[in-house]
Amino acid sequence: MSARTEARPTTGRDLRLWGGLAGAGAAWFVLYHVNAPFWNWLLFDAIGLDPASRLGETIRFFVYDTAKILLLLSGIIFVVTILRSFMSVERTRALLGGRREGVANVAAAVLGVATPFCSCSAVPAFIGFVSAGVPIGVTLSFLIASPLVNEVAVVLLYGMFGWQIALLYAFAGLTIAVLAGVTLGRLHAERWVEPFVFEMQVGATGDLGLRPSWHTRIQMGTEEVRKIVGKVLPFLLIGIGLGAIIHGWVPQSFFERYAGSDNPFAVPFAVLMGIPLYSNAAGVLPLVEALHAKGLGMGTLLAFMMAVVALSLPEMILLRRVLKPKLIAGFIAVVGVGILLVGYLFNAVL
Amino acid sequence: MTIDIRVLGPGCYRCQALYENTMLAVDELPIDARVTKVEDIGEMLSRGILASPALVVDDELVMAGNVPTVAKLRDLLSQLVPSRSDT
Repeated sequence: MSARTEARPTTGRDLRLWGGLAGAGAAWFVLYHVNAPFWNWLLFDAIGLDPASRLGETIRFFVYDTAKILLLLSGIIFVVTILRSFMSVERTRALLGGRREGVANVAAAVLGVATPFCSCSAVPAFIGFVSAGVPIGVTLSFLIASPLVNEVAVVLLYGMFGWQIALLYAFAGLTIAVLAGVTLGRLHAERWVEPFVFEMQVGATGDLGLRPSWHTRIQMGTEEVRKIVGKVLPFLLIGIGLGAIIHGWVPQSFFERYAGSDNPFAVPFAVLMGIPLYSNAAGVLPLVEALHAKGLGMGTLLAFMMAVVALSLPEMILLRRVLKPKLIAGFIAVVGVGILLVGYLFNAVL
Repeated sequence: MTIDIRVLGPGCYRCQALYENTMLAVDELPIDARVTKVEDIGEMLSRGILASPALVVDDELVMAGNVPTVAKLRDLLSQLVPSRSDT
């Protein structure tokens, strides 16, 4: 199937498109920077709340954080969706097919982040990769990296803690994905894959469909923002709400005594708490921000967040169709240990 | 002749969104089409689809991997349909 390019739009339409995009970008930038001063003015000067009061601080945190996170989310989802429109699962499969472990795991992890991939496609993608001769460990690196190094998490971490933390997180996530995949591959994880996977016939994949025009890519970007923000909003508001309450009501350094960076039980506890929970990064991170301000170690919190997003019950249930229980258990164990180590490392270093 | 349109996907919100958008697009067009949602992974894989959701019109794979807007689907379908009508 040849790749067809869409009919080129007129230059007038092109101009409106790029003009609109530039305008939106400028507006975003302005909103992001006036966010804090605006709410401070509105709540404390205009309405007259007391900034030192618990109620005042709680409300300020809630509105400021909601606005900030919504801006960050829209920005990153838009940009990443457009970047990802250049990649596909089929192309990733072709790139990884028949390669050996090691470097392929690294490539798989990076591609896991770059490829547009919905976790409901985990099963067809798994079968597709196996049929193309991608080693099981490499496929697992892909499947682990995708939810773990989540662009929402990265951008929110950047917004809350700066680019160093965001970068460290991305790097740690990729490392976990690579090492977990290599480990499971070394353990000959193939023997724990449901046999039918190796027998499935997968039709020839190719660069299917149209190569989208820029206009379409931008449309996809805005659609994706609308969809994801809609999906994430309830989790987000609950997370920010809890964060706001903690911000206003929990005494400073409350956690320092019980769950600070030097408490060796904090990280395993956080990871165990995170495994059965199902949320997305946008819901967990506002909570993380507030808890960190009250003294919980950064490593502990990142470990918690990773456990929540990387090891989700719905995804495990999906993967059960292709992976035997032993492999599901091994998967959780290996990734869990990786997260644990990252937690300890960050607590020690940050 | 009724056009057979299938929305393939194991069933997450994107597959559902494509199904709904397709239904809306078909309603807006003067074509006779039957839209079905297929959740069987086997059928997806036999067509070489790895990324859901996917759109198959009269047994030809039209697109896969993302969810186009209703307008986009309308354009897509109206481009494809003239080559299929028997009238």
